[in-house]
Amino acid sequence: MASASAPSKMIREGPVRQWRWDNFERRIIPYVFLAPFLIIFAVFTVYPVIDSFFISLHKMDSLDPSRYVGLDNYVRLITRDSRFHKSLINASVFALGTVFLQLPLSLGLALALDSRRIKYRAIARMGFFIPYITSAVVASMIFQFVFEERYGMINGLLNALGYDPVPWLRSAEVAMPTLIIVGLWTWVGSNSLFFLAGLQSIPEELKEAARIDGATEFKVFWHVTFPLLRPVTTFVVTLGIIGSYSLFAQPFLLFDGSGPRDSVLMPLVYLYQRGFESFKLGYGAAIGYLLTVIIIMVTGIQLALMRKWGG
Amino acid sequence: MLLRRHLGTAALNGFILVGLVLTIAPLVFMISASIRPESELFSFPVTLYPKETTGDNYSSLFERTHYATWYVNTFITATFRTLLAVFLSAMAGYAFAKFNFRFKRFFFMLVLITLTLPFHVLVISLFKLMVIFQWLNSYWAIILPSAVSGFSIFLMRQYILSVPDDLIDAARVDGSSEMGIFWRIIVPLVRPGMAVVGILAFAATWNDYLWPLIVLSQKEKYLLTIGIATMDGPYEVEYGAIMAGSLLSTVPIVIVFLSMQSQIIAGLTAGAVRE
Repeated sequence: MASASAPSKMIREGPVRQWRWDNFERRIIPYVFLAPFLIIFAVFTVYPVIDSFFISLHKMDSLDPSRYVGLDNYVRLITRDSRFHKSLINASVFALGTVFLQLPLSLGLALALDSRRIKYRAIARMGFFIPYITSAVVASMIFQFVFEERYGMINGLLNALGYDPVPWLRSAEVAMPTLIIVGLWTWVGSNSLFFLAGLQSIPEELKEAARIDGATEFKVFWHVTFPLLRPVTTFVVTLGIIGSYSLFAQPFLLFDGSGPRDSVLMPLVYLYQRGFESFKLGYGAAIGYLLTVIIIMVTGIQLALMRKWGG
Repeated sequence: MLLRRHLGTAALNGFILVGLVLTIAPLVFMISASIRPESELFSFPVTLYPKETTGDNYSSLFERTHYATWYVNTFITATFRTLLAVFLSAMAGYAFAKFNFRFKRFFFMLVLITLTLPFHVLVISLFKLMVIFQWLNSYWAIILPSAVSGFSIFLMRQYILSVPDDLIDAARVDGSSEMGIFWRIIVPLVRPGMAVVGILAFAATWNDYLWPLIVLSQKEKYLLTIGIATMDGPYEVEYGAIMAGSLLSTVPIVIVFLSMQSQIIAGLTAGAVRE
């Protein structure tokens, strides 16, 4: 867009702008505006990304000089570290669980919210946004009691309905479902609002035209609305996947780190434990790098698949 | 037909109501747990509403923990980071939106890369850097490294692209300096965008947990999230006090977000949703 306006600008500038100082200022000024960003970016992003890779090639058990080990850390992570494998499986299960449960739920909510027959839409929209703003720490503190085995609300409800209490936070089998429920609480509402924004940007005439041609409401949704929502769907799924592999506070606080038998050990929690609790900095850096590569691969596959399904 | 329509309406409203209740219930519980005595919380049957109310949780929150200090720490740190984020990303966004210069494509690629770069790829080295700078237990460690995000620059660029070029050219013809154009034309026109960037930066500082956990270790230096998380330990405070602290830390940010909800959603989905 900026380049489209460039030719007209040059034509207009010819006769007006001839003073040399102004030209100099014009040429230098974009760099002046960019400089603070570039400096911060270079020091706190570019350098650490490169340095982290360098660190990951070392056995570094403190900040003191370390021993070069080549790709040993990576080899160990890929071939022998069963806790790392477990954390990747857990994150993938969480990602599948949240994405496949989240998508229909939040899309359904959005469609309902978009209907003209809905009352109190403004209040509903506010309510659904709140979990998104609530910090993960606060949410974990609340859910710690909600899922508490003896006195928690959920088991209280189950008890009232005549069911046995469920050890939500203590059992290796139930821990992951518990975490997924917390994830759903956190993201379904805000995702439905993203979908709603997408729905409201679709021109009514398109749907109307399909209806006049005799399409049922379901067909209108399947052939008109849903394809047009694809950018939002992609956005929601991509963020969901990245979020799943980067989950930290909820598993860390709700399950004291990794849960019974590592049932909810997450990659970032594992990185924290190795890097900052055991102080294996080299190994931690390797986890960070490998994890990033995996996330990029997974999102790449997901984007390709979504493009294929979308036609 | 009419009956079906009514049933449909009822089902729609019911669906939303159920979703809303499930979303809000944990938060209602937080409020009610913060004003009831501990004995009532650990007794059968647990209710959502308190039978008896007390302010004890709030007084023990302030008397037995550093809660007030954490609150001030968080507020000041978040404010500084927000100001920095808003102005630095507006400046960079302006350069990308309205200038042509060498390496523009390259620099913009850098921005797009940071948009997708996860934090854990650099966390170890960033920690090492903080040690070298002697920024452990210093708020510089919170404020500076993430002061400008690729996302906020991208967002500001989108907003500034919509400022007409004629307006900027006219100011140049009038002899305005480039800095003057930025301050007197760009900034006033893209205030809504700056508000979105600012709120997101504020909330990010307010809610972040992992990085502060890594760089802050002195109790008096804590931010709210680590403070609240450490209250949850043996010999600390009652659960009600944790809920009181959680509630007080959540209220201000919820109010700000809700008052600007539509702009924030539009900003977050910029690119995904066409205006």
